[in-house]
Amino acid sequence: MFTQHRTRRLGMALTAMAAAAALTLTGCASGGDNGGGEGGGDADLSVTFLPKNLGNPYFDTSSAGGTEAVEEFGGEFAEVGPSEASPTSQVSFIQTAAQQGVGALVVSANDPEAICDALDEARDAGVKVVTFDSDTNPECRDLFINQATAEGIAKIQVDLIAEQIGGAGQIAILSASANATNQNAWIELMEEELAANHPDIELVETVYGDDDDQTSFDKTAALLQTYPELKGIVSPTTVGIAAAARYLSTSEYKGQVALTGLGTPNQMREYVEDGTVTAFALWNPADLGYLAAYAAKALIEGEITGEEGDTFEAGKLGDYEVGPDATVLLGDPYVFDAENIGDFDF
Amino acid sequence: MTATAAPPAKPTPSPATRAVSHLFKARETAIVIALLLVVIAATLRNPNFLFSADGFRDLLLTPSLLLLVAVGQAIVIFTRNIDLSVGSVLGLTAYLTGRLFIDVPGIPIIAVFLAGIIIGGMLGLVNGALIALAKVPALVITLGTLYIYRGVNVAWAGSDRINASDLPAAFRGLGTGQILYIPILTIVAVVVLVIAAWVLRNLRSGREFYAIGSDPAAAHLYGLPVTRRIITAFVVSGALSGFAGVLYAARYGTVSSAAGTGWEFQAIGAAVIGGVAISGGVGTVWGAAIGAYLLLTINRALPILGIQDFWQRAVLGALIIGAIVLDRVLALRQSRKLLEIREEGR
Repeated sequence: MFTQHRTRRLGMALTAMAAAAALTLTGCASGGDNGGGEGGGDADLSVTFLPKNLGNPYFDTSSAGGTEAVEEFGGEFAEVGPSEASPTSQVSFIQTAAQQGVGALVVSANDPEAICDALDEARDAGVKVVTFDSDTNPECRDLFINQATAEGIAKIQVDLIAEQIGGAGQIAILSASANATNQNAWIELMEEELAANHPDIELVETVYGDDDDQTSFDKTAALLQTYPELKGIVSPTTVGIAAAARYLSTSEYKGQVALTGLGTPNQMREYVEDGTVTAFALWNPADLGYLAAYAAKALIEGEITGEEGDTFEAGKLGDYEVGPDATVLLGDPYVFDAENIGDFDF
Repeated sequence: MTATAAPPAKPTPSPATRAVSHLFKARETAIVIALLLVVIAATLRNPNFLFSADGFRDLLLTPSLLLLVAVGQAIVIFTRNIDLSVGSVLGLTAYLTGRLFIDVPGIPIIAVFLAGIIIGGMLGLVNGALIALAKVPALVITLGTLYIYRGVNVAWAGSDRINASDLPAAFRGLGTGQILYIPILTIVAVVVLVIAAWVLRNLRSGREFYAIGSDPAAAHLYGLPVTRRIITAFVVSGALSGFAGVLYAARYGTVSSAAGTGWEFQAIGAAVIGGVAISGGVGTVWGAAIGAYLLLTINRALPILGIQDFWQRAVLGALIIGAIVLDRVLALRQSRKLLEIREEGR
């Protein structure tokens, strides 16, 4: 598969060389001088995706979104990656991509620091670097596609639970560990959102399942027994929501106590189908990959440079604007329910 | 020593009184009373703890898996060894269970159980062989295999995990199903417990585990098959952990590479609380089993009693230390009594 991509690239490079030869005559030289392989005005729209690891359903979905986008704008898509997500395993793939002189590299970083040198080398060689899902240090990339903001995540979960319990009653939160920074930030924002817009919803307790299936499971049981009036549980962690759903699905509270939070479709499919859970949220990795590919295209073509306020068009997703720290926000989290869960496999 | 007069000839107590007095003196009785107190306190605070269908089921069901592991652990501790790898064995077999159902479609459930038990037993055999043949302390070997087995699990599973929808419904039903209001898992655990208790009490080979733990050198001089018994103890511990691993998958439905982390300490804690002396040779599997029930029931009761999440672990720790102090006090009193009897006998 890898060699096949290479041959195709070689053909592409030859065409690009011919085009470059023609274009240099008209004085349309590009900034990157990469031994003649670099395309000219009609830029080299080859985009290489480098996920954290291959064979991971989440990244298979994001790469599918990337492929769709690249096909739409007539570029060339490739996916490379290590078999396991270790901090340094991506370095050799970045170096290879830089040597091949791809137009852009779309990376989900295994480590914010470890791949920085390799990315810098690639950028010196004229490769545009877009990170998605998991960012590197801001200096080592051109753009980061952020899947969601803390505010967006907090709001969607409050909205979902409020809708599911009819806007009033007791709810509890099943979090990961007590010192998980992102969880605590979300919980704080959820509390603010509840206080501001849902005064009839009472948050009775936040319990910690430590992102452990068994602990989360037992904490759910304890919550249900402790608060007989409980109307809903919010679990902003993928482990917690699956464990809580598993407990609820076999308990007398199934269908009576609502459950929502952040989960993946594969984990939750069983519980959405049996009616334990009506809807839960996460971002859509396919859209994330799609947007990252369009952002890469905009960078290659020089339409944007990563400056705050730059705007570009991303196919079916519409127009996007670059925010502070060269970050583009995908948008509100995506809601999965019985209608659409069958379309996803991650 | 205060008794100067010749002790009156005691009438031989009838078997019934002996049984009653044995019951009162037994170390296990204290734990049963503690367990009952916890259940009563939690039920008074919240009747759902015992009298709701879920509450009653969870009371019996939650500790069942730990019971299996604790029984295996107790057998190892009887021989003056320790098995720290049980959590990793459980995690590995739980993941194996899920993989078997995914990779071998239509595999009979019984085959999965056999695979879990056999693989668990083989992992235990590695422990036992290294300890008994290489004469390295069990603490060191099983600490090593704790990390090795977990490492294999992490390498195998990566970021992947087993979801409830990967497991057949009939299999998952085992994890929550009931026969006459008694959960299937509890029945399975009690059957294993009764067999283990019978073997350890009535068979010569069973008694030899105690003899080895009481005085390994003497057992060796006496000609007991020390090496073989120690290996057997580890194989049993591994096989029971493997069995518990399969049931873990059935019960929790989600298996990640972290499944079973920390179970070794719960299992050792259960055995110690149940009166199994960490120095070997003393205790019963009944004690370990009741210890498992006490440990996890307290765990579930604390939130209902209104004790904050952060303090719950401290309470468990205090319980374990309390159990050990109690053991020590009882042992001192016992040896003083024996001394007195010897003095009087002169």
